[in-house]
Amino acid sequence: MKLKSLALAACMAATASAGLADGHAKLKVGMITTLSGGGAGLGIDVRDGFMLAMKQAGDTGIEVVIEDDQRKPDIAVQLADKMIQSEKVDVMTGIIWSNLAMAVVPSTTAQGKFYLSPNAGPSALAGKGCHPNYFNVAWQNDNLHEAAGAYANTAGYKKSFILAPNYPAGKDALTGYKRQYGGELTGELFTKLGQTDYAAEIAQIRASGADSVFFFLPGGMGISFLKQYADSGIDLPVVGPAFSFDQGILQAVGAAALGVVNTSQWNKDIDNAANKAFVETFSAEYGRLPSLYASQGFDTANLLISAAAKADVKDADAFRAALKAADFASTRGDFAFGNNNHPIQNIYVREVIQEGDVFTNKIIGTALESHQDVYAADCAN
Amino acid sequence: MSFILFAEQVLNGLQLGVMLFVMAAGLTLVFGVMGLINLAHGSLYMVGAFAAAAVAGLTGSFVLALVAALAAAAAAGALVEMLVIRRLYNRDHLDQVLATFALILIFSEGTRWIFGSFPLFLNIPDYLSGPVTLPGGIQYPLYRLTLIAIGLAIAGGLFLLISRTRLGIQIRAGENDREMIAALGVDISKLYTIVFALGAALAGLAGALVGAIQSVQVGMGEPVLILAFVVIVIGGIGSIKGALIGAILVGLTDTLGGVLLPELFKTFMDNAAASSIGSALASMLIYILMACVLIVKPTGLFGART
Repeated sequence: MKLKSLALAACMAATASAGLADGHAKLKVGMITTLSGGGAGLGIDVRDGFMLAMKQAGDTGIEVVIEDDQRKPDIAVQLADKMIQSEKVDVMTGIIWSNLAMAVVPSTTAQGKFYLSPNAGPSALAGKGCHPNYFNVAWQNDNLHEAAGAYANTAGYKKSFILAPNYPAGKDALTGYKRQYGGELTGELFTKLGQTDYAAEIAQIRASGADSVFFFLPGGMGISFLKQYADSGIDLPVVGPAFSFDQGILQAVGAAALGVVNTSQWNKDIDNAANKAFVETFSAEYGRLPSLYASQGFDTANLLISAAAKADVKDADAFRAALKAADFASTRGDFAFGNNNHPIQNIYVREVIQEGDVFTNKIIGTALESHQDVYAADCAN
Repeated sequence: MSFILFAEQVLNGLQLGVMLFVMAAGLTLVFGVMGLINLAHGSLYMVGAFAAAAVAGLTGSFVLALVAALAAAAAAGALVEMLVIRRLYNRDHLDQVLATFALILIFSEGTRWIFGSFPLFLNIPDYLSGPVTLPGGIQYPLYRLTLIAIGLAIAGGLFLLISRTRLGIQIRAGENDREMIAALGVDISKLYTIVFALGAALAGLAGALVGAIQSVQVGMGEPVLILAFVVIVIGGIGSIKGALIGAILVGLTDTLGGVLLPELFKTFMDNAAASSIGSALASMLIYILMACVLIVKPTGLFGART
């Protein structure tokens, strides 16, 4: 509760006087994200990126309400009900985890509200389950994994061992990798969500005769895996999506991640003015380098601001068209929505490097250009 | 599955088991001696890991980090016992659960205040990193072997402490009849503080040892706490021997189940479905094990209480 009022206060201060002069805000955004517990780093980055964009935009008449879902679907659902019914928000955003998104997004859009996803992009919401009011500003879950599969082909890997946690995004991950990867699989494993000890999986990798390892283990799971993998003495190349190599966790992995190749739609060295300014202002504001989650939060806010400047949210059709136009300077450079309101964008190959004391990523190539997810074809939007 | 892979998985199970034991030993002592359900035991595990990460970051010494973990967790344990837990001995279990759950939240958010929301770096020292080759050609990380050795040494030490020392006698007496030992002139509240701090120190040590190969982050203790409760229920509440055997049973079941079940399903299903169903079933295995043990022995394998 305190968090909410703090965020409100911060936002009111940022949006200065116009909101007050009107007597009420033009547009109200409800952000439900993970701010406590194990996955908090991701939610905090999304929130900080989002609020940075709001602050930079100055007076937009947009009011933000922030709540913590604690990574629990039941709490996310309660918060969403509260935000829609008593806070009367117009737009919802913020959810990190796909299982929470599945619990909240369909009912939000069914009630005529807009949902802008800054992270989770489950396949179920991209194909037949797509909705005109649901926009994903990050990626469809499969995308980064497809890029990893494409990279594996160019790197000449023939025998991959693949693993991911047993939850919707984990299944999307392995499906995505297999869609692009042309070689054979020497093993395919689902681990427990939140698992921290990968000794058993690493033993299987060692015995499998694989020539490469693909893994999707976001947050703390990835830290554990990489440290244990580095200590196991196996020296097969590892490839994965950016989620285990984002700025928030690289410092905790340390040298064990050096040289690992990962795929991302964003990196701090993408060369455009919006991105340069974002990296600079984010570092100055929060005293740390931004992660891809922060860039997604930042882009989400800028998309919203661009749409709110063009159309009134009460006119749903006009507002939807304004969102769809994606008329904002993305940190990723070119950015457009496909027919299912998911991004069409480049996905890059990055390598973990060390800059002074800080571990970070450097782009070494492009895995997929102007890539759209495969589910778009099933979407009737 | 080859012999080498199987042997490696048995070692993995054993390693998970002994670390669970270090965690569960404190929990079972506190539950057995004081009759207290301490949900905040996982937070003490986290405190140990964070203290170790902070000290390792400052000094670069892993041994000092372990000492700091022991000291910080013991101090946190003693403090919590004197401030909060002491008021709960005569309350029913529901009040204890509520109060110690509140402690989890306080510890988690307090840690976040001090250290921030992002995971900390704590790594294996160089002299313990890398694999060693065991007889039979098994390559196994030296650090995990060290964990097994430390865990077994702690088990031995606790066994001697409980069976051979004056403190051990008092602990055992406290388990059986707390009024009587109070009447015999033992300072029961000091005894409780010592037992609680001892349990906390062990949890903190486990957190630091395991934190070096996992991620040191807020909320890291809770998943382990659940396993530790399963261990003490299987082993019998209050029994150190039960905790050791229960922990190794749980460790082996969890590790080998997770490996063998998907293999079993692969014999009559396609790969993706088999690994999905196999992993789902494997994560239930330890609870099935617990249920089976409780059906045969309702007080756990070595539980004295009825």
